[in-house]
Amino acid sequence: MLDPGILFAGVLNGLLAGGVYVLVAVGLTLIYGVLHIINFAHGALLSAALFAAFFAFRLLGLDPYVAAFLLAPAFFIFGYALQRFVIGPASHGDDRNMLLVTLGLAVVIENALLYVFRADTRTIEVPYAYQTIDVGVTFLAVPRLVGFAAVFGVALALWLIMSFTDVGRAIRAVAKEKLGAELAGIDVAHIYAVTFGLGTACIAIAACLLIPTYYVNPTVGEAFVLVAFTIVVLGGMGSVPGALIGGLLIGVVESLSGLFLGESLGQIGIFLIFIAVLLVRPSGLFGARA
Amino acid sequence: MAKSLLVVERVTHRFGGLLAVNAASLAAPEGHITALIGPNGAGKTTLFSIISGFLMPREGSVLYADEDITGEPPHKLARRGIARTFQIVQPFAGLSVRDNILVGAHLHHRARHRALAIAEQVGYGVGLGDMLDRPADTLTIAGRKRLELARALATEPKLLLLDEVLAGLNPSEIRDIVPIIRNFCRRGITIMMIEHVMQAVMSLAELVFVLAEGRVIAEGRPAQVAANPAVVEAYLGHGAAAKLGGAHVR
Amino acid sequence: MRALAPIFVVVAALAAVPLVVSSNVVLNFLVVALLIALAGQGWNILGGYGGQYSFGHAAFFGTGAYVTAVLQVRYGVNAWPAFAAGIAAGAALGALIGALTFRSGLRGSYFALVTLAFAEVLRIVASVAPITGAGVGTLVKLDLRVEAMQFQGRAIFYWVILALVAASLVIARLIERSRFGVWLVAVRENEDAARALGVDATQVKLAAMVISGAVTAAAGCFYVQYFLFIDAPIAYGAWISVEALLTPIIGGVGTVFGPLLGALVVKSLGEAAKLITGDAPGLDLIVYGVVLVLVIWIMPRGLIGGLAQARNRLRRRAPAAAPSAEAGHG
Repeated sequence: MLDPGILFAGVLNGLLAGGVYVLVAVGLTLIYGVLHIINFAHGALLSAALFAAFFAFRLLGLDPYVAAFLLAPAFFIFGYALQRFVIGPASHGDDRNMLLVTLGLAVVIENALLYVFRADTRTIEVPYAYQTIDVGVTFLAVPRLVGFAAVFGVALALWLIMSFTDVGRAIRAVAKEKLGAELAGIDVAHIYAVTFGLGTACIAIAACLLIPTYYVNPTVGEAFVLVAFTIVVLGGMGSVPGALIGGLLIGVVESLSGLFLGESLGQIGIFLIFIAVLLVRPSGLFGARA
Repeated sequence: MAKSLLVVERVTHRFGGLLAVNAASLAAPEGHITALIGPNGAGKTTLFSIISGFLMPREGSVLYADEDITGEPPHKLARRGIARTFQIVQPFAGLSVRDNILVGAHLHHRARHRALAIAEQVGYGVGLGDMLDRPADTLTIAGRKRLELARALATEPKLLLLDEVLAGLNPSEIRDIVPIIRNFCRRGITIMMIEHVMQAVMSLAELVFVLAEGRVIAEGRPAQVAANPAVVEAYLGHGAAAKLGGAHVR
Repeated sequence: MRALAPIFVVVAALAAVPLVVSSNVVLNFLVVALLIALAGQGWNILGGYGGQYSFGHAAFFGTGAYVTAVLQVRYGVNAWPAFAAGIAAGAALGALIGALTFRSGLRGSYFALVTLAFAEVLRIVASVAPITGAGVGTLVKLDLRVEAMQFQGRAIFYWVILALVAASLVIARLIERSRFGVWLVAVRENEDAARALGVDATQVKLAAMVISGAVTAAAGCFYVQYFLFIDAPIAYGAWISVEALLTPIIGGVGTVFGPLLGALVVKSLGEAAKLITGDAPGLDLIVYGVVLVLVIWIMPRGLIGGLAQARNRLRRRAPAAAPSAEAGHG
């Protein structure tokens, strides 16, 4: 058990697994950073995206990594519309109401999936699902490697958008000072919707990266998202670098505690970290004081 | 002058790298009105937040009735008799005017009927008598200012900290509210007010402290302070005193 | 006493129902509705009056349920003291979570998250811990005696839950008219302003959480006595967290009768949905989710709030009582 090789493999695999966590967390932290609320619909949206990827494979024959290029924009539009035409208007600008509305949406989406597709678990079979690469000390799963690389690609794309496009600048402005941005002529409702759309697009990409090795059912998203909440809080609400580091850290923690404690207790470990962080240092590693 | 009810001793506070208050010392004599003036960003509201327990100063202390109250939380200070109003009015928007004042009245009166009676009395006292059942968020800005006063007054304070209570009021509204403030003083309440409206400061305050860039740069009776070149410079910029015919500061 | 009169009237009317209705289906429906109303009133005290929105009230429901069940099944404790112990456990859990979260100054989103996390942790623990029966759950033996708090005939169960609901209505009303209630609402409206007026916001929120936990736990305890079975997804599942917050929001947050009204509406909607489309899993929750979004959108103060607004609007259309009040100094 304490063989350094196994430990190292555990850490390495944890880092790779953490990559997909990062992607889910980045979407969440982006939305928090700009809209200042926790999007409780994040998990349900992930479940929906997983189903979308599943059907893209089954009905359209699209390999998940290809489907990502189709689903990301599709889910961007979906997320944009959701914020622009449902969440925004329904909340009347009140944060507490926004929490409730996203909760309501989560319940609707998850249970709609349950109602339509039942609770059966589905999987897809792709040839590379179990391929591994030998790196000497251990074998690394190909899907995990691809996922890890893709996450960096997405992070880079987000950074480019935020730094060099008008929309990105507007998003940063609204995140920093909403009233000022509004007075400067920025359409805040539009920016909120764009941000939500970006977060949802991240979820879609994460789903495509997950589906080769993971399973699909209506409640999977919820499980993932609670881990994502932990990452976001650990890294600092609203901080993308925080989500990156937090995600990798949690990936490692989960991998190691899975090694030592077994599946279900590993889950508790993450929650306890979550509660501990919230109570001891709610601002997280990189976040501004809450 | 009378004995000081409130003494602030060399209080210093930083926000990150920004020195907001720099070894500021002042005192409010009991039963009188003291004003704290100074250009925007001078640190006045920060000082108030420190005195009223919302911020903990890095250095220095705050003494109230000869007791060190530095860092005590706001609700404890309210129980001691220190009440404050906020620069940006903070009504309990979903509640009626009466219920707003009731919150303050309950501090020293547990029984509902007693607290309601006091809330009504205080409401009439500030001129909101016929508004008592209206929702607080339907009041005009002048009404909300009166409500802030009423709420603070209902807590039966000995020291009342007014943070720019006249801001946003037109001259006739100011004219209406000044006697109300002066009345508090007659009833024995010590008042310290942050103000920009100079006419009010001149007519109300007996002692004035001037804060600029976090430091107290002048103190004295209103007329003295107004004639002080350092004060003119703080407000109007370097060299203004000379341009206006006063002596150079440096 | 006059303040409690409406409660007596409503409770008396409800108490008469089993005397005219004998259908088990209807009685069962009402028992469940009242159970949810009780859980919702617990949420209402913390969320409606206090403005602290918990997304994990299942933590209290499940704890009350498990304590009651486990004490009876594993330790042979009599049902009535076990019931009381369940309520006490809910209160204690409220004190614990409250102390941890409010002392850290957590508000808003964070508070919703922490409560959600607590509920989830408890669910996972309950699903693997041997003392709760792990995945299998805990079954309370059928023992139809009053001493075992199990009754022949639904009507008596109905009156028991009605009595609990009545108690919760009285508690809410007493809070409303007390200094504690005034302070609690002030904290909801503007915590900093409340502090400046002498309100110890942390203590007030903590007390609200303890009461809230106790009331919702009582609903869990009753669940066990009525259904004689409890397991992790029922005890700590999202369904009860959602229903506990949904009923006050629909009925009217921060009102005495909100949760009761909301529970009747929510459960009726659930039944109607089942009737129209057949008993499929997840359907009632879809309806609840949609209703939640719609209510926040159109009637954020719930049914009772909406009625009050309509009444105010009618009042203002009446001949002006004091026209000078509108103009002038405001």
